[in-house]
Amino acid sequence: MRREGSAFQGLGVVMLKELSDHLTSIRMRVLEWLVVLVALAALYGAIQQIKETTAEDPFLFLRLFTTSRDPLPSFVSFVSFLVPLMAIGLGFDAVNGEYNRRTLSRILAQPIYRDALLFGKFLAGLVTLAISLITLWLLVIGLGLLLIGIPPGAEEIGRSFLFLLVTIIYAGVWLALALLFSIVFRSAATAALVTLGLWLFLMFIWPVLAGAVAQIVAPPDPRYVALGLPTPETTEMEQILARLSPSTLFAEVVVALLDPTTRSLGPIYLSQLQGAVLGAPLPLAESMLIAWPQTVSMIAAVIMLFVVGYVIFQRQEVRA
Amino acid sequence: MSEDNVIEATGLTKTYGRAKAVDDVSFTVGRGEIFGLLGPNGAGKTTTILMMLGLTDISGGEVRVLGFDPAREPLSVKRRVGYLPDTVGFYDQLTAADNLRYTARLIGFRAHEREKRIADALDRVGLDGFADKRVSTFSRGMRQRLGLAEILMKGAQIAILDEPTSGLDPHATAELLAIIRGFKSEGVSVLLSSHLLERVQSVCDRVALFSGGRIALMGSVADLGREVLGGGFVVDIEADGAGLADRLALIPGVSGVEKIGIGKLRLHADRDVRPEAAAEVVAMEGRLTYLGVQEPNLDAIYTRYFEAKREGDMQMKEGARHAA
Repeated sequence: MRREGSAFQGLGVVMLKELSDHLTSIRMRVLEWLVVLVALAALYGAIQQIKETTAEDPFLFLRLFTTSRDPLPSFVSFVSFLVPLMAIGLGFDAVNGEYNRRTLSRILAQPIYRDALLFGKFLAGLVTLAISLITLWLLVIGLGLLLIGIPPGAEEIGRSFLFLLVTIIYAGVWLALALLFSIVFRSAATAALVTLGLWLFLMFIWPVLAGAVAQIVAPPDPRYVALGLPTPETTEMEQILARLSPSTLFAEVVVALLDPTTRSLGPIYLSQLQGAVLGAPLPLAESMLIAWPQTVSMIAAVIMLFVVGYVIFQRQEVRA
Repeated sequence: MSEDNVIEATGLTKTYGRAKAVDDVSFTVGRGEIFGLLGPNGAGKTTTILMMLGLTDISGGEVRVLGFDPAREPLSVKRRVGYLPDTVGFYDQLTAADNLRYTARLIGFRAHEREKRIADALDRVGLDGFADKRVSTFSRGMRQRLGLAEILMKGAQIAILDEPTSGLDPHATAELLAIIRGFKSEGVSVLLSSHLLERVQSVCDRVALFSGGRIALMGSVADLGREVLGGGFVVDIEADGAGLADRLALIPGVSGVEKIGIGKLRLHADRDVRPEAAAEVVAMEGRLTYLGVQEPNLDAIYTRYFEAKREGDMQMKEGARHAA
């Protein structure tokens, strides 16, 4: 059965309205300040560290993102756990908020499909996140220029720009997750708690748990243990499991992009190292190739989470 | 679909698992008519409305709204029909006009037309002074009126109002009903649902009484009154005078006289006997202080109908037991 008209009728209207809601909301202000302050702190630490220790480094500018100085973590690790927080903050009450304000049935009684409402909300959230992240990125580049005084090379700009794109995709994963839970749970508080719980789990607990589960699924070979070496099967299993978490995927992509010497994201066998010049940087295209599977996985996660939410939303009753 | 009907439902059914929320409901709403879906909460009124708007799937039967099938052509239906949901909500942080602007953009009105329509609609419902006030400061009645303004702005041919008067004080209810009457005078058909029978009785041309997902009774209030309460007229009279009751009983057409208080009598008759009753009192040189005929009342109709039905059911069960 074909539906009449376009599923995207009204999409632009919904998106612009949601975007203006996001950009004027107090919640967004708070999140922005949180991110900016934290990023500045991390950047300051990184610059201090670079000034003290670096002699010569062809990718000095990229060190801005990855260098950490105790007790502060690096800019990248800050981003990897603050961006989900921002995305969840924007998305946790997207749909159930409409129910609770009792605006949903009134809006859906206008000549639009539910598709437009859901997609508009997702796009508005993503654009909001993109605006904040681009601002943050420009801020970091500008401060780096001022404080280090060395202009970045073209490749460094390219690499950091790809890092920005990947961060936006990473934000999209968490936004889609928050949107999904905002559809599933009628109470915004429940949706927020569940999403934050899942965030904590995937971010901090799962990487540890993945190791334990891998030990059970693929027990270490006693011969390797006797030699004090990790069993390749166990290590591989651990990595597969850990990659179920978007934070692991993001961390791997970031390493590949911001550290040009990264040659592989998995275990390396001795045979693969034959002929390699250790510590030599890879060209940008090669680094992108290494990061590609992880990036695609994150895009797939966004689509999958959105589709699940979409299907549930289509079947939901509109009455409150 | 006939020319005069804007809504035609035939055998409309909605099931949730095994439970039937709406069970084989058929009705029509004529052009420019105010039609009431009345009945207790949970009788299936809102579900029926949502099916007409294509906002929930139809399990069986079919409905045509202005000739369109809401399941297949929801956009065409929703472009022409205005809907005021039960306890309507607005975006509290936006002003009244901004809330309407959002809806107007969703409908697709151009900027110039939009502003004119919004101003007109707010004016019509008496909210013209509140266009730039945030909706968070609005009372319940004002929100309901803003909901009606949205329907006016849309230029809808049919207004579907779900419980428009629930939770309103008498004054706000009167204002709202006046606006609803205004719809009718402009040729907009109105379908409204309510569980407060006596409040909406005055505006409805025809009503359908819902019970347990079915339409129990349908017709104009006067027709239903005759059908359920019997064809009789009930005349209340307040007068003094000894033996008045006996003399009133002799009036042709009076089937019974009931004493309902000191100097208060109730006559049951098969026609309007007010002139004769007045003449009797005057002839006795009594003092007539009140004389009135009872209009058929929806509450009474509803209560009487379901009492009769329950008794009927019980008798049937009795009969079945005896037979066994």
